[in-house]
Amino acid sequence: MCALSYWVWCCWARRREQWVVLRSCANGLCLGDAVAHAVLPGICVAFMLSGTKNIAVLMAGAVVSGWLSLWAIDLITRRSRIKADTATGLVLSVFFGIGILLLTVIQRSGNASQSGLDKFLLGKAAAMTGSDVQLLAVVCALLLGTIAVFLRGFWLISFDPNFARAIGMPTRSLELLLATITVVAVAVGIQAVGVVLMAALLLTPAAAARYLTDRLVLMLFLAMSIGALSGVGGAYISYIAPAMPTGPWVVVVLSSIAALCVFFAPRKGLAARWWQHRRNRRQMLEENVLKVFYQLGESKSDFFAPRPIDALQQRRALSHKQLQQGLKRLAAKDYVRQQPEGWVLTDTGKQNAQRLVRVHRLWEVYLSRYHHLAPDHVHDNADAVEHLISPDLEQQLEAMLDYPQADPHNNPIPYKKPKTGRCIAISLSEL
Amino acid sequence: MVIQTPQPALEIHNLTVSYRDKPAIWNIDFTIPEGVLGGIIGPNGAGKSTVLKAAMGLVPVSSGHVRIFGNPLSEVRQRVSYVPQRESVDWDFPASAIDVVLMGRYGKRSLWSRLQRSDHDIAMDCLRKVQLQDFAHRQIAQLSGGQQQRVFIARALAQEADIYLMDEPFAGIDAATENAILELLSNMRNEGKTILVVHHDLQSAYEYFDWIVMLNTRLVASGPKDTVFNAQLLGEAYGAKLTMLSRMANLLKQREFPVQE
Repeated sequence: MCALSYWVWCCWARRREQWVVLRSCANGLCLGDAVAHAVLPGICVAFMLSGTKNIAVLMAGAVVSGWLSLWAIDLITRRSRIKADTATGLVLSVFFGIGILLLTVIQRSGNASQSGLDKFLLGKAAAMTGSDVQLLAVVCALLLGTIAVFLRGFWLISFDPNFARAIGMPTRSLELLLATITVVAVAVGIQAVGVVLMAALLLTPAAAARYLTDRLVLMLFLAMSIGALSGVGGAYISYIAPAMPTGPWVVVVLSSIAALCVFFAPRKGLAARWWQHRRNRRQMLEENVLKVFYQLGESKSDFFAPRPIDALQQRRALSHKQLQQGLKRLAAKDYVRQQPEGWVLTDTGKQNAQRLVRVHRLWEVYLSRYHHLAPDHVHDNADAVEHLISPDLEQQLEAMLDYPQADPHNNPIPYKKPKTGRCIAISLSEL
Repeated sequence: MVIQTPQPALEIHNLTVSYRDKPAIWNIDFTIPEGVLGGIIGPNGAGKSTVLKAAMGLVPVSSGHVRIFGNPLSEVRQRVSYVPQRESVDWDFPASAIDVVLMGRYGKRSLWSRLQRSDHDIAMDCLRKVQLQDFAHRQIAQLSGGQQQRVFIARALAQEADIYLMDEPFAGIDAATENAILELLSNMRNEGKTILVVHHDLQSAYEYFDWIVMLNTRLVASGPKDTVFNAQLLGEAYGAKLTMLSRMANLLKQREFPVQE
């Protein structure tokens, strides 16, 4: 039962949060938090006036005070010099303070039906009844429906409010509607997670989903699923371990999922980025080692002679371990082979090495010709860029520079068809 | 020197706007004829953007009014397009280039009705006009500054308006993009559209525009470029601020005095 209820309310709560996240992360966090805390006095007053714990009545109270808090924040920001984040913090603490005060008054009053009201602080899904769940389901459906209908409007006022107003969109009403949705979502979820942790539920699913996709609609669905999943998970844990409040467990599950997203999201996740860096480092090492063979071959006019390790090391400062790693991987690609007297470049190895040297020197020409860099300033940059120049870019460079024959240091540029002899002659004569 | 036109596309009448009681523009009064490519120039803080925002009803106006094709904005909204400053939005928002251009079609549909096939075709067409067709599904965060600016212009094109108000479309873009955008705007002008651009670069202003409005919190000049682009008026616009005026503005702010009674 509680699992079902979770699943239902999860659907709605997740909805709103992304707008909060999208509009302004730092401030949004505060805003969701403020509304969540601000519903407490409403719940207390509703209880004091009605004397019952009827969920519908309490929720109405919650909506009213949540709404008041948003209105207060807006008023303070617009009418005074206080900035939005300060105003939000101010409203949060004042409303929550009043809420706690009222809660204490109620508990002291000796009203027998008050027991369990403090569950609103941390949430207790098991305390929900069948009719509570029905009500939740209806409210959630309404919230989802509203979002689906006004998706475009919400989207535009979040991205570019000035443009929205310029094309005559009723931005003020849409903002009001969005605020109301937030408040209702918070009010509905409060029984399950409690006011203290509500903000986490409002924001975390969206933040996690943002890691997984760049598309808004997909992000909404992902956020919803993440929310639902953690809702079910948290409710289940609090169900099998009866002394546990639900809210903290939902948040724990949710945070774990979010952490997974942050670490393992494709492309944006930390793991993916680490992997990409590792690949870059390996590629750079391999190509740098390969280049050494070409440079040695060039200076000795023999590309295919075996090279002992220390000959390679003399040419480029690489640690022994790095060099061995690079050679091993080049050997696996059949770019080099190990022979008793040393390492030997293969035909494919030479072609690739030649290409690297070619793009390196082309880039140097480009830098000196278009950016007017002195010849002694172009090498380092080219050393980095050579690993990134695709065959496509290479062709463009060649065409743009009109097949230059030597780089700014007067080293010949080795094209695929050997015409190096002529190159050298010309570049020497130009000296 | 202010040259007025009889049947203006845009009429700014005696407009005063203040931010937090400090006047940003005082009694601005000018007209822009139909079918010109006009530029608003003036030093920083002269209120150039404020004029456009006031024309679009985005900032509260202390006094005066704006007429577009002789009507208040609310009656001709479909014929007006506004391009905000590029920095005014968060480009990390999860959206693709085509999504942003499609926003230009929102004004043609009611809030909840779906966009049509034709809207998508028009949006794609507009992207083609700014040569970004290959970037249609690229995330906006991954576009360069110049490309983002072109996306904004494509969105304006998608509105199929008759008058375009653009806030700093040439800011922070490279020379090639600047030329491409200028050519696009000139073509639009040749098709009879009216375009008013807030521009920061005095050097290129004379070359780019046929009508020039010079602001420095007050209106210095407005008219065909050959009439108003002269040393005396430029000196007035860019020279020392009118000290009396700015002292008065500060005083009004300090005393929280209403600009208009």
